[in-house]
Amino acid sequence: MELVVINIIDGLVTGLLLFMLSSGLTLIFSMMGVLNFAHASFYMLGAYFAYQISSITGFWMGLLIAPVIVGVGGALVERYGLRRVHQFGHVPELIFTFGLALLIEELVQFFWGKNQMAYESPETLQFAAFAIGGNSVPAYKVFMIFISVGIFLGLLYVLTRTRVGMVIQAALSYPRTVEALGHNVPLVFMGVFGVGTALAGVAGVIAGPVLGTFPGMAVVLGSIVFVTIVIGGLGSLWGALVASLLIGWLTTFAASYNVEFETILKFFGMEKPEIMSESALRDIWTLTLPQIGPILPYILMILILVFRPNGLFGKRDA
Amino acid sequence: MQRFTKIVAAGIVTTSMSVMAGFADTVRIAFVDPLSGPFATTGTNGLAEYEFAAEELVNKKGGVLGGKQFEIVAFDNKMSGKESLIQVQVAIDQGIKFIAQGNSSGIAHAITDAVNKHNRRNPDNRVLFLNYSAVDPALTNEKCNFWHFRFDANADIKMDALTDVMAQNSDLKKVYLIGQDYSFGKAVADAAVRDLTAKRPDVEIVGNELHPIGKVKDFTPYARKIIASGADAMITGNWGADMVGLGKAVIEAGFTGPIYTYYAASNGITRTFGEAGKGSIYLVAEGLQNPPVSERMSTYVDAFNAKYPDHDISQARITNVVEMLAKAIDEAGSDTDVVAIANALEGMTHDSIWGGKVFMRPQDHQAIQNVHVGVHTDEDMRHPLDNSTFGILGTNTVEMAGAESETTCKMDRP
Repeated sequence: MELVVINIIDGLVTGLLLFMLSSGLTLIFSMMGVLNFAHASFYMLGAYFAYQISSITGFWMGLLIAPVIVGVGGALVERYGLRRVHQFGHVPELIFTFGLALLIEELVQFFWGKNQMAYESPETLQFAAFAIGGNSVPAYKVFMIFISVGIFLGLLYVLTRTRVGMVIQAALSYPRTVEALGHNVPLVFMGVFGVGTALAGVAGVIAGPVLGTFPGMAVVLGSIVFVTIVIGGLGSLWGALVASLLIGWLTTFAASYNVEFETILKFFGMEKPEIMSESALRDIWTLTLPQIGPILPYILMILILVFRPNGLFGKRDA
Repeated sequence: MQRFTKIVAAGIVTTSMSVMAGFADTVRIAFVDPLSGPFATTGTNGLAEYEFAAEELVNKKGGVLGGKQFEIVAFDNKMSGKESLIQVQVAIDQGIKFIAQGNSSGIAHAITDAVNKHNRRNPDNRVLFLNYSAVDPALTNEKCNFWHFRFDANADIKMDALTDVMAQNSDLKKVYLIGQDYSFGKAVADAAVRDLTAKRPDVEIVGNELHPIGKVKDFTPYARKIIASGADAMITGNWGADMVGLGKAVIEAGFTGPIYTYYAASNGITRTFGEAGKGSIYLVAEGLQNPPVSERMSTYVDAFNAKYPDHDISQARITNVVEMLAKAIDEAGSDTDVVAIANALEGMTHDSIWGGKVFMRPQDHQAIQNVHVGVHTDEDMRHPLDNSTFGILGTNTVEMAGAESETTCKMDRP
């Protein structure tokens, strides 16, 4: 029981972190119709910038400044990169973001090397907030939960309750009409791209000390972010939230229970083969749940695509 | 444009001339390990250690055979078995006689197989495989062959030393085993179960599991499970990012017992653990640098760190590979007759920079040497790692570990 509670908390942390990445990506997609392959790279840049700033001024300045730098960088990429490529269609855009992802990874390796950086959580948060059955929850994780929930509420408020949000929503669905009404739609696009990448930057800043700051960190998270927005429904903020939490809990619980496939197969009345190396199903007999945990989100994505191609909350085709 | 062409042409001429010069009077060693991708850190570090050892220990002392210099030629195997075989073939085609590889036992299996086949088919053009890090015991047991030499202590020998230290800890009641899901991870788990049940039958193994290698983003769920199991110590063979992730998650989740490891040092790992891992992370290895065994050793380490500030001597045995190969070449009187060189290596006893002797056991080509257990700390640190104040301080030593260990190796000799 204690393990269940602690896993719910851990899954929440993982899920909310994923949400900060996928919310930006899903907004950018619904706006420009392009999958930003470099999104996780901005997450990595956030972590590295924050590491560099924190080594001079401490963690908190890093948390404030790094996402701004990443956001401005993202806006510049949109203004001088994507917007020019946009007129040639979607495929060049995809290739552009893909190339950008490779470029950022190489640049990071060029400036910071291939080793993991010693990017640490602030000392004021380096204590155990509470413990459940001997398992302590670091204060930093509680802080992560508050930051992510705060960002979600802020984003929801801006998008649904403010004038800027209405313009953005209108620009997403009817860009030509909005432009005809006198709004600067390219500026809106640039702003959304900047904010989306800044969100990824925030995620990097707060995830860097926990998941490690190294050149492979973008690749590790890149594919799972796409899975999240496909499951949640492309362009839906709520979908991104639900899918992120779902994946967070799914992977956490799968990794933490050593359910063996042997017991499941026996439950269905199958006999364990005497000579395992001769059996055709030997790989299945020896599997455990933690071993297949990392592929569960992908299985979920395939199921969603088969039975609900728009995703959980999506309104339109991908 | 014309100017550019001229420069390129001049470049080509100079490089081909230096290659020709290379053919004339050097002994070349092919270094086949990952130099790009996620495991590049380990590979580039090893390459720096080889280049430094060749320069300092052989070339500056007049080379071998009265003047031939050692030259390390780097090949990037991208951590793939298939790519490694291609690179080994390229090296052989270039006339290189010595293949050095270490990262991943899976790749070492592929190379030892390929080298064995190549040598059988091409008796006039044989090569040697100098395995400096891959520690799957099978490589010197059922899969052994005459052309393969292992300079690191294998996983069984290391586990034997580790469990000797663990057995003295009377507080130990429950142990959790966790490792990466491939041949080496399995070998570590098997050895741990075997040695612990033999030496401490009262200790309960409360968990024994393998996780996907290089795929786990967050080790927190594993840490939760380990603490929930009530374990008061854990053993892991993890390396690279998997080691950092697991160690950090476990310590953050409130685990206070000792964590016994094979590779929890250097390449950013020591710096990342820092204060959090002090006194709780143990490591088993040959050639620890603290406390220093001699002035010669300290000078060597300092000189290395001065030349390569971003790297550490994380695989001390590389100096033994270079020095023993040089000795064997001199003894054989040839740098091309690999049978004679292999015969010279067999049974060789060598005074290591790292203290003690290294004995290349003839029956299985497993190097027998002192194996140490050390702890991650910042106290009494003469040679810290990762440009930090932390490093590994030796606490226990097993003299000539595994000298009596049995082997199933039956090799065909030429």
